[in-house]
Amino acid sequence: MKIYVPLDSAALSLGANDVADAIVAHAKDNNLDVTVIRNGTRGMIWLEPLVEIETDQGRVGYGAVEASDVPALLDGTLDSLGLVEDLPWMKGQTRLTFQRCGVIDPLDLADYEAHGGLAGLRNAIAMTPAGIVEDVTASGLRGRGGAGFPTGIKWNTVLGAKADQKYIVCNADEGDSGTFADRMIMEGDPFTLIEGMIIAGLAVEATKGYVYLRSEYPDAIDMMEKAVVLARGAGILGADVLGSGRAFDMEIRVGAGAYVCGEETSLLNSLEGKRGVVRAKPPLPALEGFLGKPTVVNNVISLATVPVVLEKGAQHYADFGLGRSKGTIPIQIAGNVKFGGLYETAFGMPLGELVDTVAGGTLSGAPVKAVQVGGPLGAYMPRDKFDTPFGYEEFDGQGGLIGHAGLVVFDDATNMLGMARFAMEFCAVESCGKCTPCRIGAVRGVETIDRIGKGDADAIPLLEDLCETMKDGSLCALGGFTPYPVLSALHNFPDDFATQKEAAE
Amino acid sequence: MADAQTTETMTTILAQHVGLEGPLLPILHAVQAELGFIPGDVVQMIADHLNITRAEVHGVITFYHDFRNAPAGKHIVKICRAEACQAVGANALSERAFEKLGVDWHGTTANGAVTLEPVYCLGLCACGPAAMVDGKVVGRVDHAKLDKILAEAGA
Ligand SMILES: Cc1cc2nc3c(=O)[nH]c(=O)nc-3n(C[C@H](O)[C@H](O)[C@H](O)COP(=O)(O)O)c2cc1C
Ligand code: SF4
Ligand code: FES
Ligand code: FES
Repeated sequence: MKIYVPLDSAALSLGANDVADAIVAHAKDNNLDVTVIRNGTRGMIWLEPLVEIETDQGRVGYGAVEASDVPALLDGTLDSLGLVEDLPWMKGQTRLTFQRCGVIDPLDLADYEAHGGLAGLRNAIAMTPAGIVEDVTASGLRGRGGAGFPTGIKWNTVLGAKADQKYIVCNADEGDSGTFADRMIMEGDPFTLIEGMIIAGLAVEATKGYVYLRSEYPDAIDMMEKAVVLARGAGILGADVLGSGRAFDMEIRVGAGAYVCGEETSLLNSLEGKRGVVRAKPPLPALEGFLGKPTVVNNVISLATVPVVLEKGAQHYADFGLGRSKGTIPIQIAGNVKFGGLYETAFGMPLGELVDTVAGGTLSGAPVKAVQVGGPLGAYMPRDKFDTPFGYEEFDGQGGLIGHAGLVVFDDATNMLGMARFAMEFCAVESCGKCTPCRIGAVRGVETIDRIGKGDADAIPLLEDLCETMKDGSLCALGGFTPYPVLSALHNFPDDFATQKEAAE
Repeated sequence: MADAQTTETMTTILAQHVGLEGPLLPILHAVQAELGFIPGDVVQMIADHLNITRAEVHGVITFYHDFRNAPAGKHIVKICRAEACQAVGANALSERAFEKLGVDWHGTTANGAVTLEPVYCLGLCACGPAAMVDGKVVGRVDHAKLDKILAEAGA
């Protein structure tokens, strides 16, 4: 009997190792023929640990399983969820980037290939660098790290740059609250990221890659390091990638707990061993990046989506989506929700459908008050903006951003003045210190919001003013976008700012 | 001056990182993994080895939240403060930790058992409130789970 128990850190945090150990122990005691396979997560985090048993019909799911359920699980008396593939959460998705995540053993290369792995790389090897860049451009893939810049256009700049050495740098700093897609794919299907980085290397003629991975993700670091060693051993990485005669190798580098190091130029400084201070642009990293050399900096999901684009074709990918937001987006649903997890779907689904239907509303059962989309620099969207379709331009038009596609849901017990204050506090803690509006403004912002909280109405225009200064005068989006959560809280939920005032009077 | 043992540890660590592009962060991580913190007297050794000023090494160490210049408690408990965890009660959880431990963020209990650190997201945002105990992730930390974690850590 083949039994799958996830090793994704969300599953681990809910006791998956205890469940796996209990299965092994119980099988031994009862002489059962059981093979335990550790897979990634399917993304249904509310069901973790989600155990799957392989049957002739397919994989049958059980969740959330506790170690004490194991005897019943193994003698067939535990209630099942039915076939995992048939669960509404799975059926509703279009899984392209995450096609293998949760399905395979993340470190089993044969399993990886059997599920379509390496097909994209093999196609890329048969193409010219310019041909690969053209395909990625035609797919419409845009950067999933936040800014949504077209990936193919960035690659084209690097391809055109002449240098003795070029680099591929994967941004795995994933600092945004409410996001875990990067972590999930690195833990559940690491070879996809490696394959994407190799294809990027072939496309721009770079031979060396780095993954800058945040230190808050020890399990993902461990998985990526193991996967790199295996890929090198199998001749996928190294001097002669799959016998193509072309070289590409890579290293995993660990961050050190600075949110701003997710900003690409700060990240490059950090990778070089410097303080993670933001660099002014130009020069673009594409021309002068790591150690001054032409460098592709891409988010994990951008790079991990490249293999499926090369496997299934640019047009196949571009046929999904809405307007200029092409393809699929792995939406991460978090916070106070009944069903939290990762849901990959074509761009275009309205926010309200994601919150009320896919996420099932709040866990507490209380009404939804606000949804923060796009991490700590994203706006708080009230219910009257729930018809906004999930797309870059659509969210921009509503004064928001989709960022790395995390949704954090809050119920009506939330005090939005408190959330605005937290946004300023976070900016103060994480500011790199390079520019004044951010370095000093964030601290003044906390003070000003405290004044409002104490009932000082004069502080409201001051806060608006300060936010304008931060928006206009900051070098990067940490200082520049912190006004989004602050002002959206103030403008969409004025009662939370007014009530405090009356209470104090 | 570093003692003989530290010098030996440093020699090994520095030798392991020869040939890396941008070796300073990997070196600092290795030092902290080995010694538990980054002692002041190794700063000059690293600076000499990389041919940079000690000011530069110092600047890097102080920029990043991860690096510490003094030993932590026996166990490090990190509690996520970020938005998704706040949406499911992280603030009340932190308050309880302050109360139980008698310390604020970055503080170490009087008996040296636990250092409490804030963390801004562990990627467990769909099963918060989240915490990390000596590098191990814990999800859906309610007050009972927190009490158990702290008791096991000897706080
Ligand atoms: C403060 C700040 C933090 C950021 N954090 C991340 C991050 O954690 N991961 C990421 O991929 N991009 C992050 N970005 C965006 C990067 O600067 C950059 O746009 C991205 O890595 C480019 O890759 P992409 O085109 O594939 O999205 C951040 C930007 C800012 C201003
Ligand atoms: S906005 Fe803040 S984080 Fe960004 S460069 Fe300026 S000081 Fe640094
Ligand atoms: S160059 Fe970074 S702040 Fe001016
Ligand atoms: S916000 Fe707490 S784990 Fe992400």
